[in-house]
Formats: sequence, C-alpha cells, structure tokens
Amino acid sequence: MLLRHTSTEVMERQAVTINPAKTCQPVGAMYAALGIHGCLPHSHGSQGCCSYHRTVLTRHFKEPVMAATSSFTEGSAVFGGQSNLVQAISTIFTVYNPDIVAVHTTCLSETIGDDVKQIISAAGDEGKIPEGKKVIYTNTPSYVGSHITGYSNMLNSIVGQLAVKGPRKDQVNVLCGWMEPSDMREIKSILKEFHVKGVVLPDVSDVLDTPLTGKHDIFPKGGTTLPEIASMGSSKHTLALGQWGAEAAAITLDSKCKVPFTTLQIPIGIEATDNFVAELSRVTGVPVPESLKAERGRLLDMIADMNQYLYNKKVALWGDPDTLIPLVKFLRDINLVPTHIVSGTPGPTFKETISSIVPLANVKNGAQADMFLLHQWIKNEKVDLLIGNTYGKYIARDEDTPLLRHGFPILDRVGHSYFPSVGYKGAMRIVEKILGLLMDRQDRDAPESKVELTM
Amino acid sequence: MTTQNPIESSSFKDDLLNIYPAKVARKRAKSVLENNPDVPEEIQANVRTVPGIITQRGCTYAGCKGVVLGPTRDIVNLVHGPIGCSFYAWLTRRNQTDAGTDGENFINYAFSTDLQDENIVFGGEKKLKEAIREINQLFHPKAIGIFSTCPVGLIGDDVHSVARDMEAELEDKVNIFGFSCEGYKGVSQSAGHHIANNGLFKHVIGLDDTDNGGKFKMNLLGEYNIGGDAFELERTFKDLGITLVSSFSGNSTYDKFANSHTADLNAVMCHRSINYVAEMMEKKYGIPWMKVNLIGAEASAKSFRKIAKYFDDAELTKLTEEIIERELAEVKKVRDEVLPRTKGKTAMLFVGGSRAHHYQELFKEMGMTIVAAGYEFAHRDDYEGRRVLPTIKVDADSRNIEELKVTKDDARFKPRKTEEFLHKLDESFKESGDELMSDYRGMMSEMQKGALVIDDLSHREMERLIEIYHPDVFCAGIKEKYAVQKMGIPLKQLHSYDYGGPYAGFRGAINFYRDIDRMVNSNVWHLIPAPWDKTAPTLTAGFVA
Repeated sequence: MLLRHTSTEVMERQAVTINPAKTCQPVGAMYAALGIHGCLPHSHGSQGCCSYHRTVLTRHFKEPVMAATSSFTEGSAVFGGQSNLVQAISTIFTVYNPDIVAVHTTCLSETIGDDVKQIISAAGDEGKIPEGKKVIYTNTPSYVGSHITGYSNMLNSIVGQLAVKGPRKDQVNVLCGWMEPSDMREIKSILKEFHVKGVVLPDVSDVLDTPLTGKHDIFPKGGTTLPEIASMGSSKHTLALGQWGAEAAAITLDSKCKVPFTTLQIPIGIEATDNFVAELSRVTGVPVPESLKAERGRLLDMIADMNQYLYNKKVALWGDPDTLIPLVKFLRDINLVPTHIVSGTPGPTFKETISSIVPLANVKNGAQADMFLLHQWIKNEKVDLLIGNTYGKYIARDEDTPLLRHGFPILDRVGHSYFPSVGYKGAMRIVEKILGLLMDRQDRDAPESKVELTM
Repeated sequence: MTTQNPIESSSFKDDLLNIYPAKVARKRAKSVLENNPDVPEEIQANVRTVPGIITQRGCTYAGCKGVVLGPTRDIVNLVHGPIGCSFYAWLTRRNQTDAGTDGENFINYAFSTDLQDENIVFGGEKKLKEAIREINQLFHPKAIGIFSTCPVGLIGDDVHSVARDMEAELEDKVNIFGFSCEGYKGVSQSAGHHIANNGLFKHVIGLDDTDNGGKFKMNLLGEYNIGGDAFELERTFKDLGITLVSSFSGNSTYDKFANSHTADLNAVMCHRSINYVAEMMEKKYGIPWMKVNLIGAEASAKSFRKIAKYFDDAELTKLTEEIIERELAEVKKVRDEVLPRTKGKTAMLFVGGSRAHHYQELFKEMGMTIVAAGYEFAHRDDYEGRRVLPTIKVDADSRNIEELKVTKDDARFKPRKTEEFLHKLDESFKESGDELMSDYRGMMSEMQKGALVIDDLSHREMERLIEIYHPDVFCAGIKEKYAVQKMGIPLKQLHSYDYGGPYAGFRGAINFYRDIDRMVNSNVWHLIPAPWDKTAPTLTAGFVA
C-alpha cells in the first residue's frame, strides 16, 4: 500500500497538515502573470520559490515557464531586498527585454516587510525601467490563503495598476478564475460565437500550449496585451468567472473605472455554462447563438443516452473552490453523488455552498482540509470515482478506485491544456472521461458471462 | 550535427556575455572558461546568482529536505513553514524506496505546519509542538526531522529547542531533530546539503553500535536512488558479497544511518552533496573514504575494482573480475547496437553537483562528444579537484553554514587499515590512474581540451549555446526541458531521468544507451518543417514562371 499509514479512524487535528489540498500564493501569482503578453513574472524572495513554482507549472503544462527571482541571500533577509529587486529589474530589462515585469512577493520578503511598491518606484527613479515598459507588483504572503489567493491578488493588481478609465467601449471583460489555457481558448471561442468584442484576462492560451516550431520565444504570441488590459477600464461590463479567483479584480475595476460586474461560477457543467451564456447575452444584448444551443443539446443527448452508467455513482473530490462548486453541481445534474469534498483553500462560503448542493456530503475546507482526511473519509465510505489532481493516484491505487484527473497540478497526463472542461464542449469532455473510467471498470470487473459488447 | 567548437571559445565568451550589463558580464566572465584538463584553470563557482537572472538554482531547503533527507523512508519529514515548501517537495524527486509489504514508509506523505499569518506574528513554536504530538499519535515514527523554511528563521522559532523539548515530553522514544535550512541561506541547494550532513552526523550516525556482520562492509554516499539507481547498485554489491551497511540516502532507513559507522569504507558518489559526512566519519570513526563513479559501465567497472582493491581479498578480487566480465558482455551487446547511431554526436550537460561530470562517462561510451558542461550548485573542488580546497575563499554566504568540529570518538574510533596498507593502496591507484583515497580530481581533468565549462548557466546563455553549437542532446532539468525542446533539441533530464532509469551501474548504462539512442534518433524532430514550408519556394517559383 502506498499510503499504508493512513488509518480509517479520523483524529481531530489542530496543527499538522498531511498531504495538502492546496499550495502557496506565489505560484498563483506567477501563473496569472503568464497570461499577460510579453510579461516576465518575478519572484521577490529566495531562489527556491521561483524554482519550485516554475517546476510545478512546467510539469503541469509540459511547457517552458519563464520567471526571474530576486535571489535573496542571508544578507538580503537581514538588510532587506531592495538592492536585489532594483538589480533584478535592471538585469531583466537588459537581458530579456519584456514589455512588463510582474513582481510578486514571498513569505520571506513579506515577513521582513519589504515595501515592493516603494522599491519599484525607486528603480524607476534610478532609470532602471526603460521608457514605455511597466513593472507591476502584488503582495502574496504564502502564509495567507492558498495558490488561488495569490492568483486572485495578481489578477487584482493587473487591473488595478494597468486598467485605465475611459469612454465606454462596446466590449466586455472576462476575468478568468484559475483555469487551463484550453479553457481560456474555449471562453474566447464562445465570445466569438456571440460576435462580441471581449477582453479575456488572464489568457495563457498560446503561452502555455505553444507549438513545436524549432524556435523558443521567452515571450510567446499569446497573453492579454497591455493595450487590451488598459482598455478594460472602458468596457461596459465585467464577467468575473469565479468568486475566489476573479471577483476581487472585478470589484477593483468597478471601483476604479466604474465598470459594473457580475460574478459567475467558472462555466463547468450545464448550469454554470447556462448562466455564463445567459449573462453574456444579457449584457451584450446579443441573443444566444444557435451554435451554442446545439452544443448544449448534444451535451444533454449524450447524458441521456448514457445515464445508466452514471446514476448514483459516488464521487470524492478535492481541489479549488471555484472549480469544485460548479463541478459538484454538474455531477448532481447528471445524477452522480459527490460524497467527500475537500479544499485546502479557505473561505467562509465554500462549505455552505457545497452543502446546499449536496447536503449529505462530507465537506471541509481551509486548515487541515487535506488529502489525508479525504482518504480517511473514503476508507469509511467507499466511492466509485475520484476527481482531483495527480496526487490522487496514490489513493486511487490503494483503494482500487478510478481517478479522473482534474485541477492543479496534473503531473502525469496530458490533455488538460489542450481540451477544455468549460462550456458545453468542456462538459461533454468531462462526461466522456467519467464514462470511460466507469465503463472500463465495468468491463474489467464483470464476470466473463456478463461482459457486454454493446453498452 | 557533429560540429565541435566551431568558434574559438574566447569569441564565444564575448558573444555570450555581451547580452549582460557590464558589471554582470564581468562577474559571469569568471564562471566561463575553455577547458584545459592538464592544468585546470580557476573557475568561479558557488557564488551568488545575479538577481533577475533566470537561473537553474533552487534553495537551501531544497538541498536539505529535498535531496539528502527526502529519500529516507521511515523518518517523518515535517516542514515548518507555510504550505508551499512542503507541497513542492512532495514526491517530486523520484526517490524510490523498498519498504516491503509492511515496512514504514512516509515517502508518499507530505507533512507541514502550514503556518498562517497569526503564527508569523506570534511565533510558530506552539503549532510545531502540537504538530509533533499529532504526528506521534497518528504514526508513531522512530524519528521526526523538522525543516525550517524562510520565515521560520526570521520570526525566531527555535526548531532545535522544540525538538529537544518534544523528545523529553513524548512518552514514546522518538528521535526528533531540527534543520536550520531556511531557503535564503547560502547561494544554492548546496548549503542545504551541508546542513543535512551536519544534522545526520550530530543526531543519527553512531547511535547503534550493533555489528550486523558481513565480510566486506561499506556505505555508499551521495546516491539517492533516483529511478531505482540504488536497486541496480545493490544488485551488484550483493553479487559481490559486499554488505551495504547504509546508503546516504537512496533507499535508506533511519536504523541504517544509525548503524553506518560500523562500516569499513565510505564510497562517495556525489562528492558535492555528501563529502562532509565522509570526512567527518573518517575523523570520528576512522572510516577511510574513496571517490567512486558508478555512472557508466566502464566507470562502474573501475569503481568496483577500486573497492575490491581496498578490501584486499583474493576471492573478492577474482569475483569482481568475473562479475565485471559478465556484466560488460551484456552492456557491450547494447553498446554495439546503438553505437553506429550515436557515434560522433554531441552533448551538453548542465546539472547538479556531480551529474554533469559522471554522465560524461556514459556519453563517451556511446562515442559522443561533450561540447560544454557545468554544474548548477557545485564548488570549485568539484570542477578543479580537491587540491584547490585550501585556496577556496570562504565568503559571507558560506561562512554562515556551520562547520562541525569533529574529534576522534575514542570508544568507537578504529583504524580500518594500517597506514602502510593505505599508502600502498594509493601507490597502486596512482599506477592505475585512479583517484587516491580521500581525493576527487573534479570534472575538468576528465573533460577534453577546449570544451566549454560554465558554472551556474543562465537561461539566456543556454539559448546562445544551443544556437551556436546545435548539440544533439542537452542534459539539464525540468525548467530547461521544454525551452530546449521547442528549439528542436531533445533534452534529457538528469535530475528525474524523464521518469526512466535506473542509469547507474551496468544495467543502468544499458538503459541510458537505449534512451539516448531513442532521443537523438526520434522522428519527431524531423517532422517540424511542414510540407508547405518545404515546398513553398517551389510554388512561388512556379507562379513566377
């Protein structure tokens, strides 16, 4: 057994987290910053932070992830990181020449109290920031929230520091919660179906799913451009996809540039996609395109055809609130039974929201809501399917339960960055994958006399 | 693409460094040189990376928890800090282990105190103590290691006193020890290795004097069982009748560490990460050490012969030759098969503190040329050899890493060999061209003249190297992998082996030959130009006509 020390008996814990269902803020900030065109994320802290964050993102996307670090030493930890950051800014513009550097802090620079805003302004005064180039920053103390908090903080800082209030334009903003490049591509494709002009932020498509061409660009062709981001202050409406990841930035755009917003769930599954499509139609005045209606119909058709293989199957899930909430709802809509759900990301409404969808499920988020607890719950009440990141494979093997990889990080399979799980198309992919796992299991486990050719 | 050093490296150096601001270029210039194996030139190493440079390097915590302590299966590694540090070091280094069906194995678990802002403000010691109580109650481990992350040092949590207090408090006998391996210490992972060595030496090594028998008893140091390397080496040691008392630290256990001072020889693979333990054990217990390289079939054969010479036993010597002959016959079959496809190709290696050296052996066996190589976190002695140790300047970043004062343990110190024997042994090593006892000659003496040696290679330098030299394969880590592959050059990860391996020992060599053969001859690289790219000029010509 891989997790042989995981007991069935659940002991209340106050201090130790075992097998976390979250990671720290800075990696989220780095990820969000990669969705700006021509941006080099910069980690203000020890080298290890930057190295670890680049590593996990690289392994998840199987793509180059470029980012720089302030390379703190003990001296910087004692005397402050100002000279490190000023030198870093100078080096970065000379050597890599990005359009923008997006600085995020770490637990180290936060604990010593580096004032990053002041340091950047000092770097500007010293002439280290070339004309027309930008340096933005966000505070991402690793001891608050999770990777989702860091993502939200960077997104918030991007619009807060770069969007400019201007005369209303006939365009909408879509602020994406933590999702895949494939998902952002799909969001853009839905906007295209509506024939509406939209600014999608961040946009890591064509950044973290680049083609093999024989050439490597540190700054690939994708990403929301600086002029596009500036213009977000002139948009007529913002759709924030995800309360945890995207809402803070929408509030900032509203208070700074008077762009009204609607917070929606990440459009995973039928209801969340319906809400996104309906709201997009409402704010743009464009009727829902026939193509999307047909897509929705095909999704329902597929579910109706295969309902018998899904009905009442129990599922355990772990991941991030913005993903889990619509996913749990979707699973209920197709008659699966979400049974155990954990998220390491804190937030007061998560449990309440999930429980309103699945009142009987075990739900926990925040402190000690980890995969150790989830596994113990599973040992007490078996499930038919696991949905979560790659770390679930150890539970999957021990409990002989199929695993649908969804979330972050996925370190051992490809596909998530290419095929969306948002929109009606994404929902079809989720159903297809769930069916594949459950039906493969039926094929494997059925007695020889019961093996079905047609299913 | 078999070009070898098409331009003078001095002009290359200019070309490489002119991308930098003047001050940075001056600093980097000392870390880039053209190799002279006869008289290795001084290289700048183990110095700070310039802030803003996209570097391969990680932190001290990574070297301590991730590299040295990570592979031991029955110590609970509790990371004291915010969640990230524990999360990123969770199962990510491929340290395989064999715990049997019922052995203790915490490798698949991540333990963290998950510090929150109130702990940063009011201190985290209370939470750390409670976490240790909970771990003890849940798992009853023999030992708990506490790893300090950046904020822990800054807020003044004393993990060492917590360890002592908790050892006293718990009714169960648990060995609890702390590591002050905050990420900002040192200039790379390397400081963390040293801290880990010190911790093991202070708190674990030497605790169990039981003589578990065995005619030839040794430890293998600096072997981390990536991809099962240790399993392959254990196979050969078993065939040879040599008892591995402990490894540091691939496929290791707490009890083996505690008993490791009963061995009669320390063989050192990765000099950078573990030479401290070898030296300290020699001083305290009288265990001689030798450098070995068990990467590459010929290098492995050489190393096994060295070990046999040390044990000085006619039967072992005979058996060693028999086993080498048997294993090399298998190796040769595969080498002969791949050689026509790999011969004349070129490779570059930028990785680690020993791998960039050791893996050159495998490439040489495949008839490939090393155009450039360098380490990520090594020191000058790993490049130029231990002879330069007295001349290495101790800078501020190294000075703050503790040097243990080690003295002879009168009760346990036992000379394993006579002075006279060791002298004769060195004479015989000199004759066979091997490194003497307690010596490492470094990477440069074994690289060809004119090859480039670059320490702490940056991303931009890597891209220039590839643009100029077009190597057939580039060896580095995950952060470099896909950037290099976008350029149409396969990259072999030498930290994780791209989830393959083992590459150590004889069967490891076979695996490596096959993997490199596949990589340099894979079809995908030839598919990059699309048909329309190839035919476009013809079409245009057609229209013009």
